[in-house]
Amino acid sequence: MNGLDDLYRENILEHYKHPRNRGTLEHPDISYEDANPLCGDRIRMDLQVKDGRIEQIRFSGVGCSISQAAASMLCEAVEGKTLEEARQISRDDVLEMLGIELGPVRLKCGLLALKTLKAGAYGMTQWPGEDE
Amino acid sequence: MTRVSGRAMATGAAAGAATSAPGEGAPATRGALDAHAVRKQFPIFRTARAKPLSYLDSAATSQKPDAVLAAMDRYYATYNANIHRGIYGIAEQATAAYEDARRRIARFVNAPSPRELIFTRNSTEAINLVAYAWARSQMKAGDAIVLTEMEHHSNLVPWHILAHERGVELRFIPVTGTGELDLAALPGLLADGRVKLVGAVHISNVLGTINPVAEIARQAHVAGALMLVDASQSVPHCPVDVQALGCDFMAFTSHKMLGPTGIGALWGRRELLEAMPPFLGGGEMIREVKLRESKWNELPWKFEAGTMAIAEAVGFGAAVDYLEALGMERVFAHDRELAASTMDRLREVPDLTILGPAAEKRGGVVAFTLGAIHPHDVATVLDDEGVAVRAGHHCAMPLHEKLGVPASARASFHCYTVPEEIDALVRGLHRARQVFAR
Repeated sequence: MNGLDDLYRENILEHYKHPRNRGTLEHPDISYEDANPLCGDRIRMDLQVKDGRIEQIRFSGVGCSISQAAASMLCEAVEGKTLEEARQISRDDVLEMLGIELGPVRLKCGLLALKTLKAGAYGMTQWPGEDE
Repeated sequence: MTRVSGRAMATGAAAGAATSAPGEGAPATRGALDAHAVRKQFPIFRTARAKPLSYLDSAATSQKPDAVLAAMDRYYATYNANIHRGIYGIAEQATAAYEDARRRIARFVNAPSPRELIFTRNSTEAINLVAYAWARSQMKAGDAIVLTEMEHHSNLVPWHILAHERGVELRFIPVTGTGELDLAALPGLLADGRVKLVGAVHISNVLGTINPVAEIARQAHVAGALMLVDASQSVPHCPVDVQALGCDFMAFTSHKMLGPTGIGALWGRRELLEAMPPFLGGGEMIREVKLRESKWNELPWKFEAGTMAIAEAVGFGAAVDYLEALGMERVFAHDRELAASTMDRLREVPDLTILGPAAEKRGGVVAFTLGAIHPHDVATVLDDEGVAVRAGHHCAMPLHEKLGVPASARASFHCYTVPEEIDALVRGLHRARQVFAR
């Protein structure tokens, strides 16, 4: 198990305390909300898409530092990318952005943003990378 | 609720005495509970680890004393056999131990007869037994059930399923801002005579609120309804007397009361259980089987299909012996003192909000929020200090919605909880505030 300093690395606390892309869009092309039933974490993703490209993305919701930091990092990573490029982002990519290893419970916190994005943009409703 | 504490060292039955050594090793029983002495008898606290374990999640599950583990080991090592079947020595010994455990557990809650005490997997299964066997044979569209807004999901979801299936209406006793039941609403909920069942949690797993279930049962009966009590958090911590409560069904579970997982109990009034159809079908619950029909066994075996959790029943019985030797009045006093002192300590932590009622109205549970810091983050920092608390909605999402918080952190206690663990909790909370200071 990681120590506290590993789990709450500077980048996670930085994104948690100063989230990028936090908010909502007035006229989103895609808006989707999902929740982690285990802990009540809730994330909504609003996207404005033009010619297959994510022009603007905003997230809102409540949750722990891991879920909120992951949402912030994910938004930063996909804004300006095409939907197809964003589709390729995997569970491992998100974990790499976070830079930490997560146990089975916190893993769902870390991946909630990705799940919400994929469900909203592509209708993919499974937990990313979940075993069949 | 006039139970004599610390009385039941003797089990009476020779088979039980031979196989489970009742009350074995429980510390002396005079004066206040000596939690430090009790703690020594729980191997989990003797296990070497980097930081000492401060276990403040007993409302989720309790730790197990040596006596419980030894009783289960003894069953497996010396008389493991299936029950109610074998004619040979160890099979009879196993049957006697299983049935003796039932007798002791029935007596622990002052059930009029052990035949009214049905072993289940847990409280959830006990409530489902009532929902499937009693409610489905008794309730029809237009009937209503009254529950409370502070129920655990285990006493909500079985009724959601029934409501969808049968068109039964669900009504709720509201929760006040201080986390108590608004009993003034009950007469109105019962007034139209359509309510067939009232179900309420005895002690809230989130807030620790002690609910006046005897009074609720009285009003339910006047209105012609039955009363189901979810005693998952009360039977493990305080004297509970089903006859004094005046309820009709009561569910509780072993793993929250120092016993093993995988076994719980439903107590029900005999005439109700006699009239109910079976819940699960299979071996043991039948008296006579033909190819196309069968006759049900008598109580309690009518509701115990297939090979039951025998070792767990033996462990459950040993847990009850251990608790009786400690004395439930003393266990409860210990839990409540800890709750009161924890609430005092937590008030020193800036931005901390305690959920639920005043200390004198609660058992050994203290839920709280810490400013804008998510309970998951609080729990992770605490974990780093060796402190185990629950974080989330504690299987009570509607209650959290009512309280206006998405989730909370919860510290909960049992007979082995010591003040040093509260010190560690408070230290960890101050550290969480530093880590997440914006």
